[in-house]
Amino acid sequence: MSKYLITIGLETHVHLKTHTKMFCGCATEFGSEANTHVCPVCLGYPGALPVMNGEAIKQCVIAGLMLGCEINHYSTFDRKNYFYPDMCKDYQITQMEKPLCIGGGVTIDTPEGSRRVRIHHIHQEEDAGKIIHYARHSGVDFNRCGTPLMEIVSEPDLSSPDEAMAYLHNLRQILVYAGVSECNLEEGNMRSDVNISVRPEGQEELGIRAEIKNMNTFKGIYAALEYEIERQLYIVKKGGTITQETRRWDADLGETQSMRTKENAHDYRYFPEPDLVPVTLDKEMVEQWRAALPELPAARRERMVKEYGIPEYDAGVLADEKPNADFFEIAAKLCGEFKTLSNWFMTDVMCLLSESGKTITQCSLTPKSLAELVTLVKKGVINGPTAKELLPELFNDGLMPAKMVEERGLAQVSDSGALESFMNEVFEANEKSVADYLAGKKAAAGYLTGQVMKLSRGKADPKLVNKMIAEKFAGMGG
Amino acid sequence: MSQSIDVAYVSELARIALTDDETKLFQGQLETIVDYVEKINGLDLDNIKPTMHGQVSTNFFRDDVVSPSLDREAVLDNAPARTDSEFKLPKIVEDA
Repeated sequence: MSKYLITIGLETHVHLKTHTKMFCGCATEFGSEANTHVCPVCLGYPGALPVMNGEAIKQCVIAGLMLGCEINHYSTFDRKNYFYPDMCKDYQITQMEKPLCIGGGVTIDTPEGSRRVRIHHIHQEEDAGKIIHYARHSGVDFNRCGTPLMEIVSEPDLSSPDEAMAYLHNLRQILVYAGVSECNLEEGNMRSDVNISVRPEGQEELGIRAEIKNMNTFKGIYAALEYEIERQLYIVKKGGTITQETRRWDADLGETQSMRTKENAHDYRYFPEPDLVPVTLDKEMVEQWRAALPELPAARRERMVKEYGIPEYDAGVLADEKPNADFFEIAAKLCGEFKTLSNWFMTDVMCLLSESGKTITQCSLTPKSLAELVTLVKKGVINGPTAKELLPELFNDGLMPAKMVEERGLAQVSDSGALESFMNEVFEANEKSVADYLAGKKAAAGYLTGQVMKLSRGKADPKLVNKMIAEKFAGMGG
Repeated sequence: MSQSIDVAYVSELARIALTDDETKLFQGQLETIVDYVEKINGLDLDNIKPTMHGQVSTNFFRDDVVSPSLDREAVLDNAPARTDSEFKLPKIVEDA
């Protein structure tokens, strides 16, 4: 049986991080009451004229520079005409002829090594409103209508759902690093249309493709791709033909479904937008933006390994989400304990993050409080278990550890006089364990250490206790 | 019929309902206009850049500063049908 090749291309729509819409001064704030951020421009009232948001153009160009695109120094806007109730002027302002960014790419790691997935172009446009479906009617909220939306069109360079995930993950990371989008999937900041086709190995020409529209979770995209590949292979292997069509992913049923398409629905009659003058980008200005670009995720990982001497694995985990890397670097500079801090972050802090479903910027833990905690352990003021007990309060309530230690009297007991008396008490009360140890059962020492810890109410320095017990046994000839 | 324009098709795309007589009338008129503009193609245009805009000016930008939006009551009162907070539509089936 012949093998089949899979070809996937993605069109990814990303909300920019501007305060206002693309062509009017309405706020882009998410989660406001329906239809409270609307005006004559975004409602398409007759006579209302769009005025371009300069910051949106800058952010789109910065995204392009981060992704290695060529910047079009002369760029224009076009009208895409269609009738649908999410866009009341009956056209979307977008870019067809002269988009802002051309080319570029995203590097992904695959089992065969790292590879560049090419970007065809990035254009700037406006988002549509949101339609809400009810039992007997539909409603429209135009708050989102006009939000600056950047569309990143990849070349059909991907050949599996895993590669598509790697592309989206790295693309999202770069855009967040660029500071041009939150890329918050729950808020619909990043949505993708997927083009997919299959063809027998050896056939040059791509197979007939299906497009799956408007998916906003990576999990959904992965599942939809898996399903669609399966569906197309089944048809092709039976000798059937794929229909070129648009499909919808139904997450509940776990299947893609054909969408009703009106004849001629894709004739958008593009023409130049007469209400907007072209954008010319001065070479010098673009070079200034390029010089001020933030670090790319890969560069940051490399620098963190060099600067803090942490393993590559740690740098990868920490730099995966920019806010985590930012947090780590501030805390690192405060406490100087790089690897210890990294361990704390990757285990205890990340565990709290995943349990609470919060991000590092949403929780109450600050770089200062974590650095302080690590320093308290390092200086021997508190022991590790005490620090672990304190962490949730730092995380949930924003408390500062040094103050907690002082107020609650949690400082570690490393006064050898006090420990000595605890130890003697334990040795008297546990003659059997002492005898066991002397008879060669070295594990009994651990039990005795535990008893001393208990007497000190957890505040003894376990290392010191271990040492003192060992010395006492040595003195007894053990 | 000239190949330059198909008024029946264009009017359907633009959601303009034309009678057969109107379609015939506009077909003739628009053919004349389109054919007239097509004369430009008879010229040597190799070194002429397409005109994207009638204005010679470029870069007309707005600062990214929030300005007041309209009052929701006034906006929704303008709609043919409304609920407390949304524009109301007949139930729609998702199109591609």
